[in-house]
Amino acid sequence: MKLLLKISDSILALAVFVALMLPGCRSGVKDVKNDVDTLVTGANAAIYEDIRQAEKIFYTLPSPLESAMLIKSTGAQFDDKLLNPIENSRNYNTNRSMALNLGIYTTDLSFASLYDQTQLIINFMNAAKQMADGLGILDAISEEDIGKLEENIHNTEVIMDIVSQTYLNSNSYLEDNGQPAVAAMVLAGGWLEGLYISTQLVDMKDFNGNKLVSRIIDQKLSIDILIDLLSSSKGHPAIDDLIGQVAKVKTVFDKISLETSPIRPEYDQITNTTVLKSEVRTDLTPEVFKELSETVAAIRSNLIK
Amino acid sequence: MKAYRIALTLVVLVLTAGSVVNAQCKSFAKKTCLPELGSYTHDGNYHATILSEGEEAELYKTFFSDMEYRMSVCSDENIPPVEFLVLDADRNILYSSKENNNTRTWDFKMQSSQQLRIILKIPSGQNSGVPSQGCVSVMFGFRIKS
Repeated sequence: MKLLLKISDSILALAVFVALMLPGCRSGVKDVKNDVDTLVTGANAAIYEDIRQAEKIFYTLPSPLESAMLIKSTGAQFDDKLLNPIENSRNYNTNRSMALNLGIYTTDLSFASLYDQTQLIINFMNAAKQMADGLGILDAISEEDIGKLEENIHNTEVIMDIVSQTYLNSNSYLEDNGQPAVAAMVLAGGWLEGLYISTQLVDMKDFNGNKLVSRIIDQKLSIDILIDLLSSSKGHPAIDDLIGQVAKVKTVFDKISLETSPIRPEYDQITNTTVLKSEVRTDLTPEVFKELSETVAAIRSNLIK
Repeated sequence: MKAYRIALTLVVLVLTAGSVVNAQCKSFAKKTCLPELGSYTHDGNYHATILSEGEEAELYKTFFSDMEYRMSVCSDENIPPVEFLVLDADRNILYSSKENNNTRTWDFKMQSSQQLRIILKIPSGQNSGVPSQGCVSVMFGFRIKS
């Protein structure tokens, strides 16, 4: 009996400890009070007076759907050979590989969706479902979703809605169930796949003035967000390894200059839209682009093994 | 022994309560925030958390020059309406919901791609005592620039 009581004591103490620690384990919590206090001057100061402390920080990457839309908007052509073959899905048995490839397959699915690749859409949705099921994400992609997808296979808008919903279901499940490291790997996999497809689609004969190259340079703006996102789960072995991989991409991005002028907000009354006006100056040589493309391809090749 | 079992049950309830509350946040975000995106396509990202009166959350995101965006911000009815600020990389304020009739959505587009910082803030309530808390969510919709 005494032994049982001791065990109960230990479990109780452990459970209380975990309960107390859980809120602090949410991703990216950081005190920014001092950061804000030292940087505010002039007209902004009055509004900043109210800003004291952030309880939660969200690091947001372009989603698979957004990445695919960015690629399509440049006029790039579809190439199914660039996507991760669905046959590879049977190789993914660890949480790391399933999380990364859930992101990768969702980007491939988004890419196929925007280019009306009907059979590929169904195949990649099934591959993504396999990854989500393997991670224990309940009802992220239901049989009902697959049925709806098949019924609306020629309706891009409905397909985009389904892809967006299923991605939201996966993210929210992982965040809400205390798995921010797995959630971060899904986001990282999706972003890296978008970068891989973009860099592979660039025709070097048409490098100067290429719109797709401009969108690739823009990804430099997200690399620090990705590192911050991953760093909020530092200490997790798979995340630490991923930070090392992403750091290689950052090293190449650091060779690209990207200067932006201050933003001037202008309100357009006709469209009820604010236009954030600014100019950007970039400098990316074909040599640095080649290095970026090869670095991303090597990392991606390792992720889909 | 019975007391320990009760204590353990209570702890398990405390542990699972967080998950249940978070699940309610997801449901709230989908029901309240998502419809506000209208004809814009939701990007699929999930940003929701529980905040108390006087607390803040921050979000960092890159916005691209080829897109038009709608940001939708919502908060539970049991807390004061959430205010939001949009800042550039130099921390200049580009938009304040408080200075725009406490709007819950904001439509914008970028001339060049930029990383922006968004601050969500629950104002302190009038009542003294324990501050109320509730879900706060922000969602982004996009479409190709017309």
